[in-house]
Amino acid sequence: MEIIELIKKPWPWYVAGPLIGLTVPTLLLIGNKSFGISSSLRHICAACMPANISFFKYDWKKEIWNLVFVLGVLIGGFLATTFLANPDSIVISESTISDLKALGIQDFSGLMPADIFATANILSLKGLIFFVIGGFMVGFGTRWAGGCTSGHAIMGLSNLQVPSLIATCCFMVGGFAMTHLLMPYIFKLF
Amino acid sequence: MANSQDTITYTQVEEFVCDSPNDMKKSESVLSNLKYLIVGIMFGIVFVKAEIISWFRIQEMFRLHSFHMYGVIGSAVVVGMLSVFIIKKFNIKTISGETVQFHPKKFQRGQIYGGLIFGLGWAITGACPGPLFAQIGSGFVAVLLTLLSAIAGTWVYGYFRDRLPN
Repeated sequence: MEIIELIKKPWPWYVAGPLIGLTVPTLLLIGNKSFGISSSLRHICAACMPANISFFKYDWKKEIWNLVFVLGVLIGGFLATTFLANPDSIVISESTISDLKALGIQDFSGLMPADIFATANILSLKGLIFFVIGGFMVGFGTRWAGGCTSGHAIMGLSNLQVPSLIATCCFMVGGFAMTHLLMPYIFKLF
Repeated sequence: MANSQDTITYTQVEEFVCDSPNDMKKSESVLSNLKYLIVGIMFGIVFVKAEIISWFRIQEMFRLHSFHMYGVIGSAVVVGMLSVFIIKKFNIKTISGETVQFHPKKFQRGQIYGGLIFGLGWAITGACPGPLFAQIGSGFVAVLLTLLSAIAGTWVYGYFRDRLPN
């Protein structure tokens, strides 16, 4: 089965990007849905702990498609990792490897560095910074910005929205600032 | 896109503004939600196979050491733009015959402040909200904590929303 071998290799950007772009018209045409993923986090809040906050008092059941969609993303992640996994290790740019080695990352074999993402790190300072604080910034930031990479960078830019361009630029600025200005200090803590 | 306004009905800003709204007028059965599950599954597979869920790929992007992520996001935007253009131009209807709804976004200061905060979190977690779900599906159990924390962050934003500059 040559085709399966081909699928198991990492997909290049010019295959993955257009497929992700096609999600926009697919969702619009199959159900008049605007693409956006961070809204699922808001629906989870509305469903589980609305706490009488007006931001969470709405009919989340009408938006249940979004929760079904992210459940699909989770299942897709499971299927790809279980049945279509790349037999070789990930190929990372040499310059990134040497930068990260200087910060103290040692494991470059998987999609995620075990130095950070090992389950044992959950109850450590690393876990506090990379999971708890990092995750909090993702949830808080995307909602304040009114969307994430999917809602602003892909759906918003597809619809030629200037606010989405502003938001996308700010996502990038934040990422560059964390990588180049803050991360060297964060890794000194360990 | 001034001429497209003739053919597309923009919805008025109402009390509940969802950023990725369901604009379908007909109600959908539980079974019809399977469509979104399947699109989500395809999406999750692409995320893993193109290694978009990798913390390393995000690091490469922010260190300008690889074109991969720029290629993915750039080509996704081009395909999305073309699709939206075609849908508007030819007034293509949804499979249940409804007019496709688009939502103009208003500029708000939150897009700057929130965008910067999300960017900081994106570089540190190596994930935007979509890849979070795919990472969990891929067996990175620790990311469950990241997701719970992201939900908490969303909740705290909702709690303080009226006191934040929007």
